Amino acid sequence: MRISTIGYNAKQGVVNIGRNIIFSLASIATIAACVFLFGLVFSIVINFNYIVKNVEEGVTMTVFFEEGVDQAAIDSVGEQIKALNGVTDVRYVSAQEAWEEFQKEYFKGAEDAAEGFQDDNPLSNKANYEVTVDRIENQEEVAQYIEGLDGVSNVNHSEGAVNTLTTFNKLLGTISLAVIIILFAVAVFLISNTISVGIAVRKEEIGIMKLIGATNGFVRAPFIIEGLLIGLLGAAIPLVILYFMYNRAVTYILEKFNILSDIVSFLAARQVFEVLIPAGLILGMGIGFIGSAITIRKHLKV
Amino acid sequence: MITLRNVSKSYGKGQPAIDHMDLQIDKGEFVFVVGNSGSGKSTLIKLLLKELEPTEGTIEVNGQVLNKLKRRKIPKYRRGVGVVFQDFRLLKDRSVYENVAFAQRVIERPNRVIKKRVPEVLTLVGLAEKYKSYPRELSGGEQQRVALARALVNRPDILLADEPTGNLDPKTSFEIMKLLEEINERGTTVLVVTHNREIVNAFKKRVIAMKKGVIVSDEQEGEYHAN
Ligand SMILES: Nc1ncnc2c1ncn2[C@@H]1O[C@H](COP(=O)(O)OP(=O)(O)OP(=O)(O)O)[C@@H](O)[C@H]1O
Ligand SMILES: [Mg+2]
Repeated sequence: MRISTIGYNAKQGVVNIGRNIIFSLASIATIAACVFLFGLVFSIVINFNYIVKNVEEGVTMTVFFEEGVDQAAIDSVGEQIKALNGVTDVRYVSAQEAWEEFQKEYFKGAEDAAEGFQDDNPLSNKANYEVTVDRIENQEEVAQYIEGLDGVSNVNHSEGAVNTLTTFNKLLGTISLAVIIILFAVAVFLISNTISVGIAVRKEEIGIMKLIGATNGFVRAPFIIEGLLIGLLGAAIPLVILYFMYNRAVTYILEKFNILSDIVSFLAARQVFEVLIPAGLILGMGIGFIGSAITIRKHLKV
Repeated sequence: MITLRNVSKSYGKGQPAIDHMDLQIDKGEFVFVVGNSGSGKSTLIKLLLKELEPTEGTIEVNGQVLNKLKRRKIPKYRRGVGVVFQDFRLLKDRSVYENVAFAQRVIERPNRVIKKRVPEVLTLVGLAEKYKSYPRELSGGEQQRVALARALVNRPDILLADEPTGNLDPKTSFEIMKLLEEINERGTTVLVVTHNREIVNAFKKRVIAMKKGVIVSDEQEGEYHAN
């Protein structure tokens, strides 16, 4: 198609929207809701994943041994842990090292106090392995297995928080996906209605166009453009709102829950929106395109 | 240019609107089609534009057999045929200028061509000053001339005009017919349906007379016969 033809048909598409403003606005609003929800969930999920990943990197479990277990048994357990699926790193911490680390952490600035223990390591049987797993979900399983090994007394690991976070993340994703699909369907339905009203109004005109040699593409173009424009508007509005909301929300959360700022960091708006903007626009315009395309197939059999 | 072989068209039961018609019109001819109301003249034009399908027979126009024409080739075919419809079929919500420009947009002419060509054609039919008016603001004759301008603007190979002077005074009718003659002299094949006796008799062209879907006479330099 020529540029001037596209220009002309784009204008007709805008005229269509104007003529049928109520339906068009309803369609725009539904798409906006759909894209807004999508953007909201996307921002939350992508940040959760980011946080979980950060936490994951710092999480290890510690394997302790029963009293009196000899070095050979400890080495054998170490070999068995290394061989496990999902275990990425195993570090042996001898009793001496454990004690030194403990001193560093708890006797900071009061090294004198630790002197008293001098040659009598209170952690003499606290040799251990620090085990890192690749995924937080695997931690529980790995821990249970290791606990069953000969000579192992117990395994310390952080059960609760991270697992809950992951579960919540999945749940949120699933529920939102369902709602988005429903909104998607409603939006397609509304657009389809909007376009079919437009086609009905232009029935005579379309007939005349065809009799003087208009191609199918030419007859259809204004309606496709109408759908795409509605989709574009429907997507642009929530994306702009989300952009401003995002920065405010991040600032608010970090201020309100001061303690979080040590452990948690959020993605920058730019990182989120360089994915979200194209995705949202594709979603909105996709709805518009699908809605108008199916209607045209139904009503503009040419 | 136009060949009908044994063509019939029935809308339902009863008397067909076109009844086993054979017709040959050569390139560059100027033909009047006359006949009583209901004799099938408009039906003939609709068949030629492939707006309607014949119930029987074959129609060949411009070297193409219409019955066999593929759907996606119809637009291209129609672009070679200019039509003045009996009921004008103007777009009510577009100005005179847009109604004519519309025919050019449909065939994807660039804007700069449209801007030059549309005023030219409007001048030709004597409507240059009314280019901003809407169809409802025009008289019947003026609307008819807009329809004619739209049919001419793309310089078609064939012009089919269904009573193009039906609403015009004798003087304007004569001028419009002169215009069609001029267009014909530049190579366009012209078929004019008319009830206007004076014009038919004055122009001395081929006259095809129809009655109940049948050609009852076909004369070169013919006269208008009442039947
Ligand atoms: N859409 C239609 N459905 C049913 N019958 C139709 C239809 N169109 C035309 N007819 C019938 O076909 C016959 C021919 O009609 P047509 O319009 O071709 O006549 P015409 O010669 O153009 O008449 P006029 O001079 O009044 O315009 C008429 O009897 C008419 O009633
Ligand atoms: Mg007629």
